[in-house]
Amino acid sequence: MAEKILLKGNEAIAHAAIHCGCDGYFGYPITPQSEVMETLMAQKPWETTGMVVLQAESEIASINMLYGGAGTGKRVMTSSSSPGISLMSEGISYLAGAELPCLVVDVQRGGPGLGTIQPSQSDYFQATKGGGHGDYKIIILAPAYGQEMYDFVELGFELAFKYRMPAMILADGVIGQMMEKVEIKEQKPRWTKEEILKISPWAATGKTADRKRNIITSLDLDPISQEQHNIHLQEKYRQVEENEVRYTEYRSEDAEHLIVAFGCMARIAETAIDRAREQGIKVGLIRPITLFPFPKKPIEKLLPQLKSMMSIELNAGQMVEDLKVIANGKVPVHFFGRMGGVVASPDEIYEAIINKLK
Amino acid sequence: MDIKDIIKEENKVYGKTPVLTDNVMHYCPGCSHGVVHKLIAEVIEEMGIQDKTIGVSPVGCAVLAYNYLDIDWEEAAHGRAPALATAIKRLNPDKYVFTYQGDGDLASIGCGEIMHACNRGENIVVIFINNAIYGMTGGQMAPTTLLGMVTATTPYGRNAELNGYPLRLTELLAQLDGTCYVTRQSVQNPASVRKAKKAIQKAFENSMKKKGTSFVEIVGTCNSGWKMNPVKANQWMEENMFAKYPLGDIKDI
Repeated sequence: MAEKILLKGNEAIAHAAIHCGCDGYFGYPITPQSEVMETLMAQKPWETTGMVVLQAESEIASINMLYGGAGTGKRVMTSSSSPGISLMSEGISYLAGAELPCLVVDVQRGGPGLGTIQPSQSDYFQATKGGGHGDYKIIILAPAYGQEMYDFVELGFELAFKYRMPAMILADGVIGQMMEKVEIKEQKPRWTKEEILKISPWAATGKTADRKRNIITSLDLDPISQEQHNIHLQEKYRQVEENEVRYTEYRSEDAEHLIVAFGCMARIAETAIDRAREQGIKVGLIRPITLFPFPKKPIEKLLPQLKSMMSIELNAGQMVEDLKVIANGKVPVHFFGRMGGVVASPDEIYEAIINKLK
Repeated sequence: MDIKDIIKEENKVYGKTPVLTDNVMHYCPGCSHGVVHKLIAEVIEEMGIQDKTIGVSPVGCAVLAYNYLDIDWEEAAHGRAPALATAIKRLNPDKYVFTYQGDGDLASIGCGEIMHACNRGENIVVIFINNAIYGMTGGQMAPTTLLGMVTATTPYGRNAELNGYPLRLTELLAQLDGTCYVTRQSVQNPASVRKAKKAIQKAFENSMKKKGTSFVEIVGTCNSGWKMNPVKANQWMEENMFAKYPLGDIKDI
């Protein structure tokens, strides 16, 4: 039987990185995610798997280290929290432009500005709409459980390399700090040099006589070919939307009112949904696991049976805008949220359901 | 005697290294970049490390350096080349990794990255081209611009009260425990070119000896930005730049 251990979500990220054969972690301390690097440093994976762990001088340096490492075909990652992700956003745009696979973990805290160290989901826009400049998307995985923090590290790398683009685990302070039982997988080896050449023939691995030089860049001064590159990126994002949507449903089969919530809010909403069901209100839940690609089709499929939708988020209402586009005026779309690091309780959500959906 | 009798392999005394591509360089006539590119290419050829070298190009005039040296490259965001090189070298310790950066890239926006890469003693080579001006964006003030020097953003000359002082970053980096070789060179005549090449070769050799960071500043000309012809620019550099940026090894351990 697979081993289960009690871990904080942040610690699960660190263990998963080592176990899945990650080549390098580059990060900068910030609450509420510092346990990721602390756990890696304590585990000393450079002595076992050969994984590099480096405390960089800033988030800006960290993300550019990812660019450097990813450009050589290695599996590299970083983790941070909201203000740090803002600093990384320029680098994420470069990674997207140069089509480099990597994994970024964002354990969100309340903002704006220095904000607070308490949990939040107020970086949904930043993550899903492209926090940096240019037309780009990155794959966004939103874990709701410690187990998903662990599992999404390997999944994130898998998707990042499948599509040659950055992937992000968009967690929040609740999932990062909460301790849960996590099933640990067997140690996988890091990719060999031969495997890297096969998987990423585009990488800067040293120009050998049998090939042209490999250049990792997001620069193309010719507008016509830069447009072609953009068309290629958009086509890739369409494929991601077609193939990689992930979500879960809870009591949604006969639902007349649909709650959409991700991360910790989805779990809290389930409790409120059970109470509303006891009152005879037919409420169900869709929990997007991928925020990009967003589960449009599963929600559209439920639309004909729905009387209303409601987005529950730890922010001022961000994902709700995507729901309104999907609803397209066919059903009312409500919103309930708390901000600034306050986590909504099941009671509050139950009240919101009663007040807005009845 | 026909010219074909002269152009023979046995008569060859000098040629273009195959590590330099046939692409026509975009640099202005008289610019120092072309010479430094050639020196790096020659060192790579002579050391036999073309398949083991990864270059990191900057933002600035040398952003397209990857068009000219036939090696694998990564093109960095402005100032971040030392961060890229840090990860490339740590993840691929068998590779020779160098950054090629100008004064705006390295000494202004990338000041943090170069300080910390050098302070960690990353086993990389840094080639720093100091021509005291932003060339690509049209001749604005650089951190290394001399006092009194006229640029697009110091039209009345750099004024210490308004613009601060010329930054001698190379001297600062020599103070860090992580650097093993810090030198300042130039390429305005054959003797200086030969010295600069030796310095670049030493820096590449150091990077496999786990001694720390090797930093080679090349004081160069930007005759377009300085608005001088190439000969005048070399003369001006010798008369003005070398006083603030004296040539020679600052640290060699």
